[in-house]
Amino acid sequence: MSPRDEETVAEGDPVLVRLRGLTKHFDVSPPLLTRLIEGRSRQVLKAVDGLDLDIARGRTTALVGESGCGKSTVARLLVTLYRPTAGDLVFEGTDIGRLTDRRALASARRRMQMIFQDPFASLNPRWRVGRIIAEPLRAHGLLDDPAAIRRRVAELLEHVGLRAADAERFPHEFSGGQRQRISIARGLASSPHFLVCDEPTSALDVSVQAQILNLLRDLQRDLGLTYLIITHDLAVVRFIADTIGVMYLGRLCEVAPADTLFARPRHPYTRLLMETVPDLRHPDRDRRPMAGEVPSPLDPPSGCAFHTRCPLANDRCRRERPALRQDGPGQVACHAAEEGRLSPEGGDAVKGMRP
Amino acid sequence: MTESLLSVRDLIVEFPTRRGALRVVDGVSLDIVPGEVLGVVGESGAGKSQTGAAIIGLLEPPGRIVDGTVHLEGERLDTLSGDQWRRVRGRRIGAVFQDPLTSLNPLYTVGRQLTETIRTHLDMTEKQARARALELLGEVGIPAAADRLDAWPHQFSGGMRQRVVIALALCANPRLIIADEPTTALDVSIQAQITALLKRLCREHGTAVMLITHDMGVIAETADRVAVMYAGRLVETGPVDDLVNRPRHPYTEGLMGCIPTMHARPVRLDQIEGAMPAPRAVPPGCAFHPRCPLAVERCTSERPPLVARPPLATACWVRSPDGDAA
Amino acid sequence: MTRPRARPTTGEPVVPASSDLAAPRRTGVTGALVRALDSDVFYSFRRSPVTLVAALVAVLLIGASLAAPLVAPTDPFALETLDLMAAFTPPMWAEGGESVFPLGTDDQGRDLLSAILYGMRISLAVGAASVVFAMLLGVGLGLLAGYAGGWVDALIMRVADVQLSFPAILIALLVDGVARGLLPRDLHHDMAIYVIIFAIGVSGWVQYARTVRGSTMVEKNREYVMAAIIMGLHPGLIALRHVLPNVMGPVLVIATIHLAVAVITEATLSFLGVGLPPTEPSLGTLIRIGNDFLFSGEWWITVFPGLALVLLVLSVNLLGDWLRDALNPKLR
Repeated sequence: MSPRDEETVAEGDPVLVRLRGLTKHFDVSPPLLTRLIEGRSRQVLKAVDGLDLDIARGRTTALVGESGCGKSTVARLLVTLYRPTAGDLVFEGTDIGRLTDRRALASARRRMQMIFQDPFASLNPRWRVGRIIAEPLRAHGLLDDPAAIRRRVAELLEHVGLRAADAERFPHEFSGGQRQRISIARGLASSPHFLVCDEPTSALDVSVQAQILNLLRDLQRDLGLTYLIITHDLAVVRFIADTIGVMYLGRLCEVAPADTLFARPRHPYTRLLMETVPDLRHPDRDRRPMAGEVPSPLDPPSGCAFHTRCPLANDRCRRERPALRQDGPGQVACHAAEEGRLSPEGGDAVKGMRP
Repeated sequence: MTESLLSVRDLIVEFPTRRGALRVVDGVSLDIVPGEVLGVVGESGAGKSQTGAAIIGLLEPPGRIVDGTVHLEGERLDTLSGDQWRRVRGRRIGAVFQDPLTSLNPLYTVGRQLTETIRTHLDMTEKQARARALELLGEVGIPAAADRLDAWPHQFSGGMRQRVVIALALCANPRLIIADEPTTALDVSIQAQITALLKRLCREHGTAVMLITHDMGVIAETADRVAVMYAGRLVETGPVDDLVNRPRHPYTEGLMGCIPTMHARPVRLDQIEGAMPAPRAVPPGCAFHPRCPLAVERCTSERPPLVARPPLATACWVRSPDGDAA
Repeated sequence: MTRPRARPTTGEPVVPASSDLAAPRRTGVTGALVRALDSDVFYSFRRSPVTLVAALVAVLLIGASLAAPLVAPTDPFALETLDLMAAFTPPMWAEGGESVFPLGTDDQGRDLLSAILYGMRISLAVGAASVVFAMLLGVGLGLLAGYAGGWVDALIMRVADVQLSFPAILIALLVDGVARGLLPRDLHHDMAIYVIIFAIGVSGWVQYARTVRGSTMVEKNREYVMAAIIMGLHPGLIALRHVLPNVMGPVLVIATIHLAVAVITEATLSFLGVGLPPTEPSLGTLIRIGNDFLFSGEWWITVFPGLALVLLVLSVNLLGDWLRDALNPKLR
């Protein structure tokens, strides 16, 4: 089958991105000389360790987790900033993790873009906004005519709620929220199908965060975009995501439709995470702060990585790594869930949280 | 009402620049009673950190207090000299900042930093100070404190470091702790541990806490009273429950509306259009009027005073108009 | 005790940057000029009297030396105007001085003021050319090392380390020695100025390379560079278009200070006799020539070129210091 055919087949497929056993290891060994002198061994950071996930076309999938859980690495793998160590990364029918052909890679890259966390670092400070937004158009050779580029830039700026005249200004003349809009306009320039947003609002103030989240939603409705949102903020996830994956130390512990996950979280980590998040409306609900801290990803615990903090952990959890198993409408990787050792109500943790 | 521990009146902080002074705190008045947690919220640049820094005399130069007073237990602080400050800071007011890594000296062990701080403020022998340090570490929830007293800051995780910083702030049993974004650099699961710790210490020691943060969720869970700041000014204060659930000021109302929660999934979030003005470009009248859906003629020219109508005190011509009478 | 800090990743700086949003936006040359005169850099310039004096001296010296053919009383290279009878005339205010030779004459009857102006011209030309050469080499290699990383980086930086363990003057001497050995005598004479530019340039690139490599490694992990990678831009293009303009700030500072160093190095080489030939006398050559007569009482032949050198280097150095402070936001 030629790549072209595969793509056509993929058009009808509701899955836009299919990850199978996606793995990324970083070699964080000390330099060779240090290793020899101090007799230290090689060290490998398993940032992402065998991830299976389907991202549905036209929907919003979110990955949540604490720092060091590997969610940002997944984002960077998806937009080909990193190459996977192992596993499949199939985007619109092509395994882009293994592409070596520059043209094919460029074609895939045109159809996906990334929105970054820090709006103060994601725009080249020495370029005018118009040039920044036009860069993908030029890079992919989509438009050549300066007048046409200007028109497209103006259109993009207005689409994200800025004025066409803003193209003449420099990034430092804008506030954080406006810069994030510029970043989104650049992301949309090459008409991508897929936007990867890495903590798109965590550097913004709440009133501005609401503006950007609403904008992302409007753009999805108007342009039929597919989003992967990476964030640590469960409230943001609740607002924007259709499907949620919870990550812990490079692995997925639970994947479920948003409503299911919030109404009936299965994995003990998900439950504890939800209990822990401070909430504006229900400050007095019975919260038990999660004990302990995230272990070092350099030396993850054996078996289930969460067993060191899990109230339900037993010998099997310490020994055997749980696989992601279908569980109702979602999937969960937990021996306790499989053996029915979970408290069934699924969240005395989240009392008063049902919609 | 209880005698207030800290009393700030009409505080004005300016940063002189060559284009004229930037007024980053503009007429803030607030009180903290013993044992209370006062949450100060606002978006970045609202002046909340500068207010905290002014209170403990740690304004970054060239920033300075140009008007207003700060009293701690009746003693005026804003006119203290550098030497006099050293007796107050650390002993009577403790401080906890956002980044626990930069708050600890990487070249000294945790135990040494604690004992030194203790002996600076309290008349103790090395041995007594060490015992107290051990006790403090245990109190802030560091497991196996005796083994970790001689560890270096880099051997602690972020959450544990923040606990050490809190222990440092507690060394001399201060009456007030100023905590500026103490949980912002931490993961959510650790955040909850730290806020719970602050609350417990407050309860057990009667220490008051001024909790400065941008995170309304943290405030809602931790604070007794809240002060909302906007463009260097106080726009509303009151008990946390009233302020969160029944705010009067349109800004507070908008702020509460635009915070997503885990409990509901609206089609759209409420949003406040525009952004907070920079200190240089604060409009005349009410600073919020260009973004306010309720603004009337008067808001554009006259600055509304903070009018107390229990349970809240609000600075708004529309929602709290009895300013006329005052 | 630590100072309170603003949340680093968030929001507006407490004190906004120099640009004033309310000011009308101007474009074109006048606009650029207005912006430049209104900028923080210019402001700090006006506020520092030492810098003002240094700038004045530097502009005066550089201007006079560039315009040497116009302002110098005589042309020290025109052999027909030389009058050996006028040799060793002291400065005009000393006994026996003549007003045609304000600073006196040298052993060949050359007007010293003219010789200094022309000499400074050569010193500056050699200095500036070496700085440009070192800058191109250093910035290029630093950018390559920082952006490519891996063994390329290791190779370039190890060479830099090795070179840094030798004094610059030694390297310049070595380069000059090699050139003398390789080139025929006549050719070397003609090529002397290029050899010395190359020698000084090669001895000075390391500093540029280190600085640029450092800032490149910071910039290449910034999100705007990642955005460009995702667009599929060629790495070379990203390095040149995105990274290079953002790492040039410190380079400017180094270049200014390096100019002073280069002028001194050239003077030293010329003083040691391995620099420029007496037919193209730089300040260093003049000092060397004058040195021979220092003990026979003709002090002015060496003192005035020396003073000129000191003034030039000092003023350029002070300007460099100011520029470093003005561009460093931490010190502002």
